[in-house]
Amino acid sequence: MSIRVGGAADAPAFPKAAPALLDDAQLRKNVRHATDVITQKRARVVEEQRDWQQLRTSASAIKAHTMRYLDEYLLQFETACTEAGGQVHWAADADEANQIIVGLVQKYGGREVIKVKTMTSDEIGLNKGLEMNGIRPHETDLADMIIQLGRDEPSHIVVPALHKNRQQVREIFMQAMGLKELGDRPEDLTAAARQYLREKFLTIKIGISGANFLIAETGGVCVVESEGNGRMCLTLPDVLITVAGIEKVIPAFRDLEVFLQLLPRSATGERMNPYNSLWTGVQPDEGPKHFHVVLLDNGRTRILADEEGRQTLHCIRCGACLNACPVYRQTGGHAYGSIYAGPVGAILTPQLFNMQHAESLPYASSLCGACYEVCPVKINIPEVLIHLRGRLVREQQSEASLEAISMKAVARIFSSRRSFEAAQRLGRLGQWPFVRDGWITRLPGMLGNWTAVRDLQPLPKQTFRSWWRKREKEKRNA
Amino acid sequence: MRISLFITCYNDTLFPETGKSVVRLLERLGHEVDFRYEQTCCGQMHYNTGYQAEAMPLMRRFVEVFKGAEVICIPSSSCVGMVRDHYAKMAEAKGDAELVQAVNDLLPRIYELSELLVNKLGMEDVGAYYPHRVTYHASCHSLRSLHLGDLPLRLLRKVRGIELVELSGVDQCCGFGGTFAVKNADVSAAMLAEKMRCIEDTRAEVCTAVDNSCLMHIFGGLHRQRAGVKTVHLAEILASTEEESAR
Repeated sequence: MSIRVGGAADAPAFPKAAPALLDDAQLRKNVRHATDVITQKRARVVEEQRDWQQLRTSASAIKAHTMRYLDEYLLQFETACTEAGGQVHWAADADEANQIIVGLVQKYGGREVIKVKTMTSDEIGLNKGLEMNGIRPHETDLADMIIQLGRDEPSHIVVPALHKNRQQVREIFMQAMGLKELGDRPEDLTAAARQYLREKFLTIKIGISGANFLIAETGGVCVVESEGNGRMCLTLPDVLITVAGIEKVIPAFRDLEVFLQLLPRSATGERMNPYNSLWTGVQPDEGPKHFHVVLLDNGRTRILADEEGRQTLHCIRCGACLNACPVYRQTGGHAYGSIYAGPVGAILTPQLFNMQHAESLPYASSLCGACYEVCPVKINIPEVLIHLRGRLVREQQSEASLEAISMKAVARIFSSRRSFEAAQRLGRLGQWPFVRDGWITRLPGMLGNWTAVRDLQPLPKQTFRSWWRKREKEKRNA
Repeated sequence: MRISLFITCYNDTLFPETGKSVVRLLERLGHEVDFRYEQTCCGQMHYNTGYQAEAMPLMRRFVEVFKGAEVICIPSSSCVGMVRDHYAKMAEAKGDAELVQAVNDLLPRIYELSELLVNKLGMEDVGAYYPHRVTYHASCHSLRSLHLGDLPLRLLRKVRGIELVELSGVDQCCGFGGTFAVKNADVSAAMLAEKMRCIEDTRAEVCTAVDNSCLMHIFGGLHRQRAGVKTVHLAEILASTEEESAR
């Protein structure tokens, strides 16, 4: 079975995708409004948490430790989960994960499944995999449902339909649900969604979820959400299948104390998620009778092997870096050509897909550092971006691009005082064809990108060092 | 105190007035300024764009040039950030123990201009006079790499004649980002447009910062729009005096 993998497969490069999004005034307004609201809410609940920085340090340490012993913790999780009546499957890549899940749904005779919000299922293109095998997936997270019904792509890790406003959601619902009338108040929209979903919850016997945390010590799984629709999917069906990246494991139950303080505050600006579901295996009298966990690698062990990129796996998918990112706030998520958008997407996507199709992403950042500042697990995203840029440059060493040639030439200029001073003189002489009325307003090639919206002052007649030299001489003569 | 100036490659070439102002200011405060001609570039552009192999000799050069310097002043927070955030790691990656030692010796002696004035020299009032309406743009490196906090503002508040106005969205990136401005020109321009709107809303005559790189980008946009707002490096404001403006 071959299916489209999560993202970035045939997406255009970031700078090519951005202009159309920048021209979409409605989208920019929606993205701006949503990120502003979440950022302000987050700031309030972070400020009141007096040990916030210590919590970040703890989370970072727990994650670093877990990555160091990931093999052991995964096996511990498998043993504990199996003892509690669950069944653990290992998937090396997206295709294998799809095969396992489709196989399970077929084994239990399902034609439809209900889904809890899961980024990992989007990463492996599960919906398409299910549909290709005649199985209908129903997204039950309100935002994911908007995306599915509108045949759209998610644009945010936590709030996938953040780029749509209420009026647009109303249109999507009316069309997809065949409604003749519908208001656009939040109450109207949730009432329509409830009506539509209630029937699915009560009739469909197989649920699919992701996981926020896998607990090695107990074999338990934790999912947090705001709507309660996830709780429905986790408790009502006979069969529950959870798909999770191997980096989602944490050593012990008590580690949740740290993460469940950091995650909701960072993600939605809430002190606590309205629904925190925790389950371990199967129980005789309640909940699903069959529970399966699919542990997904899909490039993660390759990231783990890279000492500098490894911290990318610490991500708990809170989305705080997206909301804080001045680049994301301009374009929204679709420019990243991947289900993982924003700063963390810019480091995760190229590593997961081993750079192919995602080479522009490490450069889709001004390295302003806002992402690192808000990251609840202290991933130094700018550092990883620079690391990935370095990897790209090294891999493309043989290509004699104009950029590489110029960069190397400039490095040579900086290699001695003489060449630097000569270049300063040459620059002053060479610039005159471009100077009009004392300003440079149009430059050729890549530099034309600068003068598209900005003027440039020509190099002044005297550099600092020639001023200094002259002054020193005058001092000596005086 | 004998203070060695690392002017930075782009200030040397494009913004000599900033360097002259640093010299005037420090000498006025009774210090001796030393300029080492062998200095060129800290390697930031190469390092951040992925040309880390090319940045390595520039780092070595910087370390050698400033060997033995008592205090090094750099009037650019992004260059200070380059040295502080990456030099030690680069030296370790080389596996050269001597270089690691040299970098570690150097780091505590490096100061961005406002750090030097407030933290090292213990001054806020440097005797400046600047009778203009001014707004301060906090560059990303000054905020999130150097954690300057309100150091530049403390200096500005003590300037006589100045009318300081707060810039909204002060923690938002202006969209320069080095090669980002040409590699992602459209997004950079959108970020710049937003920054310019905030600056124009202050109705300031002058926008200042501790980085001429941001200011070059911001002023380039303002000039294209004929906005009539000037950009001036913090050093130039602090170097201005009453006698001078009377002249």
